[in-house]
Parts: sequence; C-alpha cells; structure tokens
Amino acid sequence: MTKRILIIDDEPNIVISLEFLMMREGHEVHVARDGEAGLVAVRAHRPDLVVLDVMMPKLDGFGVLEAIRADPQVAATRILMLTAKGREAEFKKGLALGADAYMSKPFSTRELVDKVKELLDSQRES
Amino acid sequence: MTLLMINGPLIIGISFAYLGLLFAVAYWADRRAEQGRSVIAHPSVYALSLAVYCTAWTFYGSVGRAAESTVGFLPIYLGPTLMALLWGAFLVKLVRVCKTERITSIADFIASRYGKSQLLGGLVTIIAVVGVVPYIALQLKAIAWSFNILLHYPEVRMPVPGDLPLWADTAFIIALLLAAFTILFGTRHLDASERHEGLVAAVAFESIVKLVAFLAIGLFITLGLLGWGGPTLPPLTDSPRVQALLEPSVEPFADWFAISLLAALAIILLPRQFQVTVVENSDERHLLRALWLFPLYLLLMNLFVVPIAIAGLLAFPDGTVNADTFILTLPILFEHPWLALLVYIGGLSAATGMVIVETIALSTMVSNDLVLPLLLKRWQRRQHALDPGRLLLMIRRGAILGILILGYLYYRFAGEAYALVSIGLISFVAVAQFAPAVIGGLYWRGGTREGALAGLIVGFMMWVYTLLLPSFAKSGWLPSVFIDSGIAGLDILAPTALFGISGMSEITHGLFWSLTANILFFLLVSSLREPNVAEISQAGIFVDESRRIAIGSAPLWRGSAEIAELMRLAERFLGATRTRNAFTDLARSRGLDSPEQLPADGATVYFAETLLSGAIGGASARVMVASVTQEETLGIEEVLDILDEASQIRAYSHQLEQKSRDLEAATAELRAANLRLQELDRLKDDFMSSVTHELRTPLASIRAFSEILHDDPEIDLEQRRRFLGILVSETERLSRLVNQVLDLAKIESGHAHWRTEVVELQALIEQAVQATEQYVHERGGRVTLELHPTTARVWGDRDRIIQVLVNLIANAAKFAPQGAAELRIRLTDVADQWRVCVTDNGPGIPQQELERIFEKFHQTATGGAKPGGTGLGLPISRQIIDNLGGRIWAESPPGKGATLCFELPAHAANPSDPRPEHD
Repeated sequence: MTKRILIIDDEPNIVISLEFLMMREGHEVHVARDGEAGLVAVRAHRPDLVVLDVMMPKLDGFGVLEAIRADPQVAATRILMLTAKGREAEFKKGLALGADAYMSKPFSTRELVDKVKELLDSQRES
Repeated sequence: MTLLMINGPLIIGISFAYLGLLFAVAYWADRRAEQGRSVIAHPSVYALSLAVYCTAWTFYGSVGRAAESTVGFLPIYLGPTLMALLWGAFLVKLVRVCKTERITSIADFIASRYGKSQLLGGLVTIIAVVGVVPYIALQLKAIAWSFNILLHYPEVRMPVPGDLPLWADTAFIIALLLAAFTILFGTRHLDASERHEGLVAAVAFESIVKLVAFLAIGLFITLGLLGWGGPTLPPLTDSPRVQALLEPSVEPFADWFAISLLAALAIILLPRQFQVTVVENSDERHLLRALWLFPLYLLLMNLFVVPIAIAGLLAFPDGTVNADTFILTLPILFEHPWLALLVYIGGLSAATGMVIVETIALSTMVSNDLVLPLLLKRWQRRQHALDPGRLLLMIRRGAILGILILGYLYYRFAGEAYALVSIGLISFVAVAQFAPAVIGGLYWRGGTREGALAGLIVGFMMWVYTLLLPSFAKSGWLPSVFIDSGIAGLDILAPTALFGISGMSEITHGLFWSLTANILFFLLVSSLREPNVAEISQAGIFVDESRRIAIGSAPLWRGSAEIAELMRLAERFLGATRTRNAFTDLARSRGLDSPEQLPADGATVYFAETLLSGAIGGASARVMVASVTQEETLGIEEVLDILDEASQIRAYSHQLEQKSRDLEAATAELRAANLRLQELDRLKDDFMSSVTHELRTPLASIRAFSEILHDDPEIDLEQRRRFLGILVSETERLSRLVNQVLDLAKIESGHAHWRTEVVELQALIEQAVQATEQYVHERGGRVTLELHPTTARVWGDRDRIIQVLVNLIANAAKFAPQGAAELRIRLTDVADQWRVCVTDNGPGIPQQELERIFEKFHQTATGGAKPGGTGLGLPISRQIIDNLGGRIWAESPPGKGATLCFELPAHAANPSDPRPEHD
C-alpha cells in the first residue's frame, strides 16, 4: 500500500539515494532541503513517515522533530532520524524528543528500507 | 592660760604616740593593699607623698631664711613648682621608663642607663650618701633642738650642743629610734621596686600633719600681727632689723636662679624624691594630679613664712633666739603649750618622713649598687651557702642603721658650723650632679658609661672642693685661710672664688662650677667613642621609651639558658611563691600552661633580669643572670640589626605579602592556562566532531549508491551512469576533505613547507582563473579581471597563493546565482600593500557572519550548493595569508553580493631585499 514519505535533508546526493529507495518501495516521496521547508512540507503533505536529517541550515532536525510533536495535526507522524554525528548523546536526545527510530550515516540501505517498513507497519496496527 | 604641763615624759609619750599612729596608718594601708583596696591608688595621696620634699628644713628653716632675706626662701619651692608646671613630660617619661625597667633608685637608673654598669651605680651611691648624710643630720638636729626647746617650756632657751654624753644625747637616741622605725617600715619585703604602700600612706599622712601645724602657727601669728585677737607684738617700727628687712632690695634675689634650678633638680634627683615620685608611683596618671596639687601644697606651706619671721624678729629683738626656731619659740613665748606641741609634732613629722624615706632609698642603693656587687664577685668564685634573700635584707637593715649613725656623727661634729638652710643647699648641689647623666640619658643616645663616670667624678670633686671643704673649714677642721686662698695659697684656686670669679654666693658659685664641669666632661668623654653594645641597647630602652613599648620588649640578648636555672636564681632572692607567680604570669601571657614550658630565650632572660632588678638593682641583676646563662657576645652590627628588628619584621611581612601576591598571580595564570587548555580541548573535540560529520556525509552517499547499484542490477543505464557520477564526485569530495584536513593541520602546527620567492600577482591570478575555468563554466559563470597595470610583486609561496585564489573564486562561484554568476577579480595597490578582491553577485553575507565564514566547517545559513565545499577552504586561506604577513577578510555591502579580499605587503623591485617575517 502506498505511503507518503517526506525526506528532509540538505545533502542532495543523500536525498537522491533516499528518494530512489523509497520510490522503489512504491511510496509517494516529497523532499525538503532545510528544516523550515521541511516543517511546511509536513503540514502540507501530511506524510506517513519523515526521514529527518539532524545537521541542516535554518532549523536543525531536533527543532523540526519538536515542532512536529508539538503540532496535534501532525504529531502522530512516524519519524526516522538520520545523523552523521554518531554520538550516543545525539541518539538519546532524538529518542527523548520523540523520534521513532534513529540511524547514523553512513547507513545500510537494506536496514533503512526494513526500518521504514517496520515503522509504517506499526502505524497501521495502531 | 592652760593646765597643760609640758615635761619630758609628756613629750616623749606624745612623740611615741605619734610614731605609733604613723605605724598604724602604714599597717592599715598595707592591709588594705593586700585586700586589693589600695589607699595610695588615689592621685591626691600620691601628690601628698611628694610633699616629703618639705622637711624639717622647710618647717623650721624657711622662717630662718626669711628672717635674713625675706623672700630668699622662696626659690627652693619655686623650682619644683616650675618643674612640675613646665616639664611634666619629662616626669612622665622618667616614670614610664623606670616602671618598665623596674628601676629601684637613682643609682639603679644611672647604672642601668649606661650599660648596667656596677661602677657607675656604686659611684652614684657614694655621692648620694656623702651628699645626703648632712641633710639627714639636719633632720636629727631639728628633732633634737625642738625636743630640747620644748623641754624647757615655758622658758625660751636655746639648747647647748655637744655637752651631753652619747647615751643621753637626744639626737643619738632619735637616730636609733628612727633606724628601728625605718627598718620596720621599709624592709619588710625585699623587692624594692614593689611599692611600699604603707610607707607612702604614712608619708602622705605626715604631709597633712605638718601642713596643718604650719598653717595653725601661721594663722595664730598673723591674727596677732593684724591685731585680730592673736598675740600682742611690739610695733614694726620698733625693730631696726625688721625695718632693714622690709627695705626694698635686690639682694635676696641674688641666688634665685641658682637655687630655683637646684630645687627643680632636687625634686627629682634627691633619693627620697626619686623614691616617692618614681618608684612608689602606682599609676602614671597620678602625675597629672600631682602637677598642680603639689605646687599648691608648697604655696600653702610658704604662705605664713614672712609674717612668722617678722613676728619672731619683733618678739625676740635681742637676737639671742635662733630664727630657725621661731615657729616653736613664738607659741612658747606666748604660752600656748598645745600650739607648741602641735608645732613640735609638725616638725617631727617633717623630719621623720624625710629620714625614713631617704634612708630607705639610700639603703636600697647601698645594698644593690655598693655591697651586692662586691658580694657577687665573691659568690661567682665559690658556692654561697647563705640565703641571699635574707642576706640582702640584713644588708639593707645594716645600711639604714649605718646611714643614720653617719647622719648623727655628722650632726655631732659638723652640724653646728652652718645654718640649717646652708646644709640643705649643699646636699642639693651634690644630688644636682646626677642631672646631666639622668636628663642626658633620657634624651641623648650618645652618652657613654665613661662620659657619665667622668661627669659625675669631676662634678663631685668640684662639689667637695667648692662647698664641702669650705664647710669643713667653717667648722674649724681646716684652717680658715683655706676658704680665701685655696690650696697652696693660690688665690686663683680659692674654693669660693675659683679662677678669680667672685661676687657670687657660695651656693651659686659651687653649683656653677660643679655642674659646668660635670656637663662638659659628660659630653666630651661621651664623644670620645661611639656607645658600645650594652649602651646602645639601654639607650634604646631609655631614649626611645615610647617606640620600645610599641614594639614590645626587644631584649638584645642571645645565648643559651635554662628556665629552671633562671627560676632557681629568682627564687633565691624573691622566694619560691613570688617567683612561681611571676613566671606563671609570663607563661600565661605567652599562652603556655606552666613556667617550665617557657622557652629560655632572650625575652625570658630579660624578664628574669628585670624581675631581679626589682630586688637587687639592674647592674647586679645582670651579673646574676649572666652567671646562670651563657650569653653570646653580640657585635655592634648585630645589635643595630636587632634594634631594627621591627623594620625587618615589616620587611619580611612585606616580602610575604609580595610572595602571596605572586602566588595569587601564578594561580590566576594557571587558571587561565587551564581554561585555555579546556577551550583548546573543546575546540579539538568540536573539530573532530565536525571532521567526522563531514567525512560521514560523503561516505553515506557512497555507501548508499554502492549498495543500490550492487543490489539492483536492473537499474536502467541512465540511472546507473548518474549514480556512478555521484559516486565519483563524492569520492573526490572525500579525498579533498582528507587532503584539506591534513593541509590545515600541517599549517597550524607550523610544519608546512613554504617556498619563499618573489611572485607576480597578475600571473598567479591568471593561473587561478584558468584552474577554476571549468568549474565556473559548469555553473554558467563569467569572470571579469580588473588588474593594476604595475607588476604586483610580493614575497610568497606561488602554490599557496594560487590555492587561496582558487578557494576564493570557487567560493564566489558557489554562492553566485546558478547560470548567471558574475565574478569580478580586482587587483589594486593600497599604501604599500597589494590587494586582491573577488566579488560575486550572490545574496551576500549577513554582517554577523563576515568573520565566522573563516571558522572551520562553518555553514552559512544560506547554505550552498553541496557537495561543493568542505568547510575548510576559507580557514585554510586565512592561515596561508596570515603566514605570508597579510590579512584576509570579507565584505558584503547590502545588495552588492559578497567580496572576499586579501592584502600582501608589496615587494620593492630590488630582489635582494630581505624577505618579510612570515615563517
């Protein structure tokens, strides 16, 4: 079943790879290049899942995460965070702020696809 | 007129009753003192005790002198009055020094001041005894005369001296009685510096009695003279002697200066005055009361002298009655037995008071400064079995008896030669010899032991020659021609007109010569050598009394001692209890529990010495303490050092403060360095974190596309080629990043290799433009060059400068609008610098970012077309330009894009110029 996926990342090549992977799974993909644009896109497209980068201009991933969770209309959105900063503290911070999953860059495409599938399934069950 | 019958038993009975009363007063005062309710703690009692100055000589003799020269008696009281009113500060200083040093007598004072010299103490004692014994004789004579005159009541008859056997001589009996009485009064305790409270109380009481007696006879006579119910006297005009006396004349004033000066000195230097004024002083503030009360007392005491003298002359016109006896013979003449008895008791008071205090003071001097030093010399050689404390008391008692017997002998053999007043004045001149040593000692550091000795010896010899020998001549012991012609018949050496100077009275003459010679020798001999260690030490204590108290005791002593030895020594003289108490107090004041814990240092030794000084005098105390300690000799340098101890301590504490400030500064530096290290550590962490992030990002792309291509063989060719292109560019980005990180690390650590050569900027700019042509072209950009026509030569590394230019161009191209990038490169000369600016037509850089773009991995909020930058290009450029001695910065005027510029110092055409400092 087709889901809406929103990718928020400022690295064009990462975006290309993620877009390719999600479309291959048959999802509808939207892209935002920074945090602020990402928030607008979340409210506009109501995605089922957001793949969210941490280090971005204007508004970083944690800011986007908090804003989504604070907005009742989109608060239920599944969020998978990707970060190039592989520190333990970042993981904990992301999970504490309400991320559903957290993966570090570079990531395994298979793991990423499985994780997205898992998150989308858990949404269906709930 | 009265029923009272005056006879021998009555007078003797009253005399004993009076002495008993005195003793009761003394006993009562001692008991009160033991109970801690001292009667002499009252300033008025102190002031009254000073009136021991008024002896029988005052009581009887003033009238005698007034009968000869009316106001001639006055200077003897004017001197002390002036002294008290004008020189209170001297008295305060004297009292203060003597209290801290436990000075016991005038001899002790002079000996202590000049290095605790036993010789000096002994000399002063001898002078004092020789000088004062006639004065004591005078008192004995007064008592004996008054007793004998009263005995013949109601007949007025002058006693005939020397016609009685010794055992029946009133004066001899009186001398023995007074000796016993004085021993009872004065030698109950050993420590002479401890105040004799009972003695002082008795003396104060006596002062009241003699004043009351004198005022009583004065009023009685005055009433008669004025015709107000007193005795009827012949009219003044009947007496040629009174007429002559009342004629205006300057003659009575001839001696005024000399006698005033003498009396002013005597009020301090007479052993008994030193005793009551200084030794018995319980509170320095009492001096303030005494400074006006004592002169007032003297004034009252002299109020009726002239009327009594006139009355006497009128009542006894034939001259057979000695004027000295007027105050006693007048009431006898007018048959007032009670008044006569009162006058007798007043005279007895004045005489006994003087004798008791004087002999106590002299006996202390004799025992401490004359006998004890001789005994100590013997004791030093062999063990002494006798209890020294008891022995000392015995010596003192013996001295009292001896002095009184001497006084009696002088009275017996010489006392009739001179009028009473003259004997008194001769004594005054003798003690005046102490003045240069005492006053000089308190105010002049330069005085030495030899100076004091020389002054005293010469002054004393002059006194003997000009005053004592003539008095002997007048007594018939020397040929009377001696008075006029001197030794060997030389007129120039005539004792009363030395070197032909005549016209002065005997006293003025003697005082002038003895004191002048004394002062001269004191000053001259003192200046012969610098004061030695002991003298400097003592001079510090006496002259700088106020400073020393501020510092605390600064004993100039170094050596080894044992506390047990010191205490054993003190016990021998003071007894176990008092010694124990004194040392316990000292221990407590130093925060110790028991005396045994006291360190036997300079301060303790000094304390023991001062404690002993109170009993045996300063000079003897020093000898005794030295016998149980091993003192190391201090050199003059060391003494000066120790005297400067206070300033040394100040310097030391100043150094400590300095050290502590240095430590604080060092601590602050360490703290700052630590902060800087922490900051560097944080920067390193941030850098590592940033590098990691920047490495992970291209790695993430590479891994993702590699996996996609690997897992999915069915991706169409177009897609596949595109993905491979991304792989290549991300790989390039990765390697560029790694290279730049290493490059930056190399430059920052100073290990980068720099070629130094003269380069031309125009050529380098063209090369850089060429190198970036492809990249700019891909972004649809255009580069305009505006280069200065003059060849722009700078010192530098060609490759590094090209690297900077490439970075700037690539940076500008990145931020310029895609497809319409307009880049402008300008080369200008500014002062002696060459400036290169690269301008784009992009959105510009916010003001707050202008400096931050040169930070590592700084991302501008506007972002940029990734994966172009590594975030290290501009930081590396700044490092390079800094190293070449130039500067690099960014400008961004609103709406005009961003401009990044750098400047390098222009190189002059001469290629031999030294390279600039940039490596």
